[in-house]
Amino acid sequence: MAVIEVRHLSLSRGGREVLHDISFDADANETLVLIGPSGGGKSSLLRCLNRLEEPAPGTVFLNGEDITTLPVTELRCRVGMVFQIPAMFPGTVADNVGYGPALRGKPLSAEQIATLLEMVTLDPALASRPADQLSGGQAQRVAIARALANKSQVLLLDEPTSALDPIATRAVEETLLSLRDRLGLCLIWVSHQVEQARRVGDRALLLDSGRVLKIDRVDRMLDPENGDQLALAFERGLTRAEAQADRAAAPAQES
Amino acid sequence: MLDDIFNELDVVFSNLDDLPRIGVSLALVILAGAISRWQRADLERDLAVATVRSFIQLVAIGYVLELIFDQESVLWTALLLGIMITIAARTSARRGHGTPAAGAIAFVSISLGSVATLAVLVVFGVFEFKPQAIIPIGGMIIGNSMSVASMILDRMPVDLMENRVLIESRLALGATSRQASHPQFRRALRSAMIPHIDTTKTTGLIKLPGAMTGMILAGASPLEAVQLQIIVMYMIVGAVSFTGLIAAYLTYRAYFTSAHQLKSVAPPSAAG
Repeated sequence: MAVIEVRHLSLSRGGREVLHDISFDADANETLVLIGPSGGGKSSLLRCLNRLEEPAPGTVFLNGEDITTLPVTELRCRVGMVFQIPAMFPGTVADNVGYGPALRGKPLSAEQIATLLEMVTLDPALASRPADQLSGGQAQRVAIARALANKSQVLLLDEPTSALDPIATRAVEETLLSLRDRLGLCLIWVSHQVEQARRVGDRALLLDSGRVLKIDRVDRMLDPENGDQLALAFERGLTRAEAQADRAAAPAQES
Repeated sequence: MLDDIFNELDVVFSNLDDLPRIGVSLALVILAGAISRWQRADLERDLAVATVRSFIQLVAIGYVLELIFDQESVLWTALLLGIMITIAARTSARRGHGTPAAGAIAFVSISLGSVATLAVLVVFGVFEFKPQAIIPIGGMIIGNSMSVASMILDRMPVDLMENRVLIESRLALGATSRQASHPQFRRALRSAMIPHIDTTKTTGLIKLPGAMTGMILAGASPLEAVQLQIIVMYMIVGAVSFTGLIAAYLTYRAYFTSAHQLKSVAPPSAAG
């Protein structure tokens, strides 16, 4: 059984349809990358999976359970989220990492904090440092450790590296993939970069104007030679219409 | 018939025997207008409107109070308090542009905060339920409650929307909406309450407060005036605390769904 099953999910905001009839599955030990042009609904879809937004109609199942039947605070522990900008809470790194368990009256020990920091390849000595003194890459790792402290099975990653430099980006990618393999996590990863999707993804879901255009293995969909031309066109920053026009124009130029 | 009218006018003018003194104080406003004209501050029209409006409003309320005090009616007293609360709530709600149900939040918080404070004062015999006591005391309580509700409706929505990423990061870690917005709740309540607490702290050191000044001018001994002022100060602190708590609670609730989702509401700009 898939960890996450999405069935006929739609979302409207201010009378405008943001997502339309989305269905897909995601498994443990898998990275599903959501790709497509800006404003296509990738982040909105992610926010529906932990009910930061309320989709209607449609159903999301977590291990076979309809997520609307779970207490929302429990759902958000099991389905963690890492945002584009890692917002650090006031206090130390340890306060941030232990935030979730402390809310439920189960504060983490210093050893547990150290273990979590090591899992995201941070020096445990950072635990006592004020969280607002971290670099972007360190803060994003603390945000990942913070989600893992809740024993999440699924991590929703909303462009987690878009604010990082290339070196920090690669380091965070490696950390996340190693955690996926070690903990059997299901990663649902929004990415703007086709190159990153190739590096981290097992399967890709191509989303445009709130509709799923295609779901396929990353190596097939994003193959530079034989991949989906629409998906590859988004890498060049083209909209769907521009990409289609580009495709239509290509044979004419050859003849 | 004519005698009746002359008698009525006699009563009116005998009640306005302070007109010469009002005239002297008006000279100060005229002087302010002259300074404004001299400095081209362009405030003459506003000064004139404010002077005439305040004169008409105060004379009108003076006659309304005379009427109600003569009646000694609980119903009339309650009606006047209700009107005062409604006007205060409408004024306060204007600060909460963008906040869902800002009018209801202002009305409920001001009325509950004011009525609870008045009830405590009456039940414990601090003041009798007579229009002469309840209306001026109620006015002070409602006025201060209004300023707290306005401050919370003005600040909290901006603070919630500006810290959206931080709040949603907390929600995404399993925090309830109350836990996720606690810093904004605390900040709004503190910024609304601190001016009142500071005024209370410095009472008598920086300025003599209104109730005390009024009593001394009316011929009461300073010690009698001080007793009343202490009661007034404590009652205002109580009223603004009740109102502030209720307004902050209702405002934060207006921004979250029952599933602990932060609503997307366009808040007013920080400038108001």
